[in-house]
Amino acid sequence: MTDISAPRPLSFQAMILRLHQYWSERGCAILQPYDMEMGAGTFHPATTLRALGPDTWNAAYVQPCRRPTDGRYGENPNRLQHYYQYQVILKPSPPDLQELYLGSLAAIGVDTGLHDIRFVEDDWESPTLGAWGLGWEVWCDGMEVTQFTYFQQMGGFDMKPVAGELTYGLERLAMYIQNVDNVYDLAFNDAGVSYGDVFLENERQMSTWNFEVADTDALFDLFKKSAAECERSLVAKLPIPAYEQAIKASHTFNLLQARGVISVAERQAYIGRVRDLAKAACAAYMEKNGWAA
Amino acid sequence: MGGVSDFLLELRSEEIPARMQAKAREDLARLFAAELAKAGLTAAATVTYATPRRLALILRDLPDATQAVSEEVKGPRASAPPQALEGFLRKTGLTREQLTERDGVLYAITEKPGRATADVLAEAIPAVIRAFPWPKSMRWGDASLSTESLRWVRPLQGIIALFGEQVVPVTIAGVESGAATLGHRFHHPGAITIGSAADYVEKLRACHVIVDQDERAALIRDRATALAAEAGLVLVEDEGLVAENAGLTEWPVPLLGRFDADFLSVPPEVIQLTARVNQKYFVCRDGTGKLANAFVCTANIDAHDGGAKIVEGNRKVLAARLSDARFFYDTDLKVPLEEQAKKLDRIVFHEKLGTVADKVERVAKLARWLVEEGVVKPSPLRGEGLGEGQVSHRDRPLCETPTPHPDPLPGGEREQLAAQAERAARLAKADLVTGMVGEFPELQGLMGGYYAAAQGEDEAVTNAIRDHYKPVGQGDEVPTDPVTVAVSLADKLDTLVAFFVIDHAPTGSKDPYALRRAALSVSRLLLANGLRLELASAVVEAWGLVRDTITTRLHEEKFAEFSKASSGLPSEPRGRLMTHIFSSLQHRRSSSSDEEFATFGPRLRALLDFFADRLKVQQREAGVRHDLIDAVFALGGEDDLVRLLARVRALQSFVGTDDGANLLAGYKRAANILKKENFPVAPAQAGAHVSVDQAASPEEADMGSRLRGNDGGLSYTPEKDEAALIAALDAAEPAAAQAIEREDFEGAMAALASLRAPIDAFFDSVTVNDSDPEKRSTRLILLARVRAAVHKVADFSRIEG
Repeated sequence: MTDISAPRPLSFQAMILRLHQYWSERGCAILQPYDMEMGAGTFHPATTLRALGPDTWNAAYVQPCRRPTDGRYGENPNRLQHYYQYQVILKPSPPDLQELYLGSLAAIGVDTGLHDIRFVEDDWESPTLGAWGLGWEVWCDGMEVTQFTYFQQMGGFDMKPVAGELTYGLERLAMYIQNVDNVYDLAFNDAGVSYGDVFLENERQMSTWNFEVADTDALFDLFKKSAAECERSLVAKLPIPAYEQAIKASHTFNLLQARGVISVAERQAYIGRVRDLAKAACAAYMEKNGWAA
Repeated sequence: MGGVSDFLLELRSEEIPARMQAKAREDLARLFAAELAKAGLTAAATVTYATPRRLALILRDLPDATQAVSEEVKGPRASAPPQALEGFLRKTGLTREQLTERDGVLYAITEKPGRATADVLAEAIPAVIRAFPWPKSMRWGDASLSTESLRWVRPLQGIIALFGEQVVPVTIAGVESGAATLGHRFHHPGAITIGSAADYVEKLRACHVIVDQDERAALIRDRATALAAEAGLVLVEDEGLVAENAGLTEWPVPLLGRFDADFLSVPPEVIQLTARVNQKYFVCRDGTGKLANAFVCTANIDAHDGGAKIVEGNRKVLAARLSDARFFYDTDLKVPLEEQAKKLDRIVFHEKLGTVADKVERVAKLARWLVEEGVVKPSPLRGEGLGEGQVSHRDRPLCETPTPHPDPLPGGEREQLAAQAERAARLAKADLVTGMVGEFPELQGLMGGYYAAAQGEDEAVTNAIRDHYKPVGQGDEVPTDPVTVAVSLADKLDTLVAFFVIDHAPTGSKDPYALRRAALSVSRLLLANGLRLELASAVVEAWGLVRDTITTRLHEEKFAEFSKASSGLPSEPRGRLMTHIFSSLQHRRSSSSDEEFATFGPRLRALLDFFADRLKVQQREAGVRHDLIDAVFALGGEDDLVRLLARVRALQSFVGTDDGANLLAGYKRAANILKKENFPVAPAQAGAHVSVDQAASPEEADMGSRLRGNDGGLSYTPEKDEAALIAALDAAEPAAAQAIEREDFEGAMAALASLRAPIDAFFDSVTVNDSDPEKRSTRLILLARVRAAVHKVADFSRIEG
């Protein structure tokens, strides 16, 4: 282990490595990002599907998140259409989950004798996943660094048992640890590569595509086809491919939102459609495993 | 036995939401009191505490044991048939030998010995925990494999249950009670053992936990105020923030920080809201009352560096938030409000009522109408409103001008006001599509005002845009600026009429469109500004506008249908299709109009009744005697709220006088006699101003012709006091009628007061129930005249006393 009191704060990648090591030592399977576009780490099947059912499941992974409407063409120091979440899922939720979490902060160099860590009520709900939970947003000196949730329902099913979910906002945490005001100034590694070197051009081009270029007819078509494919997969009793198509539909809907072609009235209908698909996939997953609701 | 001890309970959990802590303390005390009452126990005093991580209760001087009680159940008589006895034995589970006989009656007597209070508590603790009414609760951990597992606000981690110095043993969801707890999460994470209720507070204090929420609140309040003062500033007080921060900390440490003064170019309300809602910071003002570039955050630790890093971190978060806000503000400023307003046609107001742009159009027209009709007049609005339902005894005549629509204004001034009202209405909702209001919806109106001022709108228009949502709540100030009043009234009237037209009136506790509040706001605007508006005419005007929207939407649907159906058709069949669609539209429009007319009448009535009901509620809450309100409302037909309240006010003064009280007595006597005789009541119409000569029933007509003048038509010579009453009525009726016509209700009351002495004399010396049927019926008609005259002012039968 490197000395965490060393003058140089952790780089973005070192922070991720440190979290991997911390959660690996605590029995988590360290997974890799899911290879599909999604709006949050929770959408990864390792969380959504694995949260279902009675089996013990402890995993940690980084997930790139795509939020097309948050794109700012690389001009806003805090907002990105593509960013990373560090996701930990522990089922059943261990009795010392808060202490485990605080230990992970210490591992990446947050001194709780100098910084004000607070658990502020923030109940989590995902209308597109038919999921909700109670928990907090964790504040470090007034900044939200983590979403801490005890899942109560997923895909419309009561959790038996309840899983604990930690979602770290990696860029925010890194900006905090490195004392940097602009996300693009983050040290990505200790060899001179900045976050901007890696992602600035990506943000510019993707913002333009998300907001201005993406072919809306093709996207509407894709939405329909993903939904149809989800349903075909459900008929074939294949919940995992069905769930993938639900994720695809969800992201396509987010792109359509960014293009501004979905009216306020239609919005609810689209969200409802994605929720129905995701819930059906969860139900099929439960059934395939022989778990009762 | 016979002693008393204190009971301490601490339920330690992961962080309890700040907003739930106060109610949780109340619930804990209440539920425990109820459990103990079942065992006949009462504590001398109850204290409750809440911190983010613990909910605690201390019951003082609880007896160590409950009283022994003897319960007696009465049974049948000893001589009763065997079936009755058998039934009683079954019910009580006793044998005949166990019953006690007293005075020939059998009793079942059960002796209940006293119980150790510790045992009662051991049962009460799990009962209270399981019944606890958290607004939201959750399951957790291994036990949550079953959905029946314990629910708590967040995972429950420890229980202290000490009666005196003894642990009350309970186990709930795997948590065993004991005497140990934890101190502050970071300052003292280890276990602490509590001896008894007596040392609980101080032991925790030694471990950096201030258990008493009021003490934490006081500390935050005082320290934040002092920090601001040390910096030469004044803290903007905010008790909500004090309580919230007290609910987020066990060891509160307020810290003052500064943000970049450049951010002060953002409106102060935005800064304050960002700081308060997102970050729970206090803000400060400088000596001149202007917002300063300082904030006070409340940390939960005494940091090694005195809080320097904490302040710096919080400053950065606030800076990021403020730079977002400034970005929205600067971006919004670049777009004229007219341009923003165009985007309102993308926002659906209600699926049957069109878009917000449609609503804006209606409100603009209605605001103009309110000015053109002389309801809202150029400033200053006379500050002679009725003062929010306060019935004052120091009254002035309601209205110096007797005609409803006087026109003392030069046309130009009125047109200018109308144009301002229309302009303000057209821009009033434009801020709904701005970035800032998108981020902070509670800034609606206010931001519109800033943007309007920035683009050089005149002050009246700017103020109207800013304030047109007012008055919002009970305590909210009522606008008086005429442009604001016109827009605010029009906005609320439109909302009310629109939702009543589509039959979405509030039912029971359901009022999703806040129509009750809108109606109350309309009343307050009218009354506070003394505005003379016949509500029915405004409602009809608003309805016309709403109907236009509905039919326009029908047209649009048809157009869409047409273009869809005809796309790709050659022009000739396209033309034919168009003709076909439009003839069907014409048909549909006329038939739907008929239907609308048929349903509109009752809905208009319902809306006017709705206004009356809200006004009644408001007046009652303002302390006006409900029977006086009822007496005036019972007249019906009055839709001018200012006039209506003027009547109530005059009536209230009048019944307080001797004349009033005596007239009321005379009226009641007359009315009772008429009631006994089943003499029909002539309907009174307050709004219609029925004059004495316009008789409303055959009896009245008869009465009019027979009693007009001293000798007119009477077949006998009236007695002296009878003639005097006739003369008094002949004088009082026109006087009262004229006063009412002038809206001088004091005058009307005074005219009625002149009847008092003649009525008293009439009852003293004249026999109504005379054996001569002619005299009898004439005198009954005379009493009916008295009743009718009084009813011109109010239905005195509703007045108590």
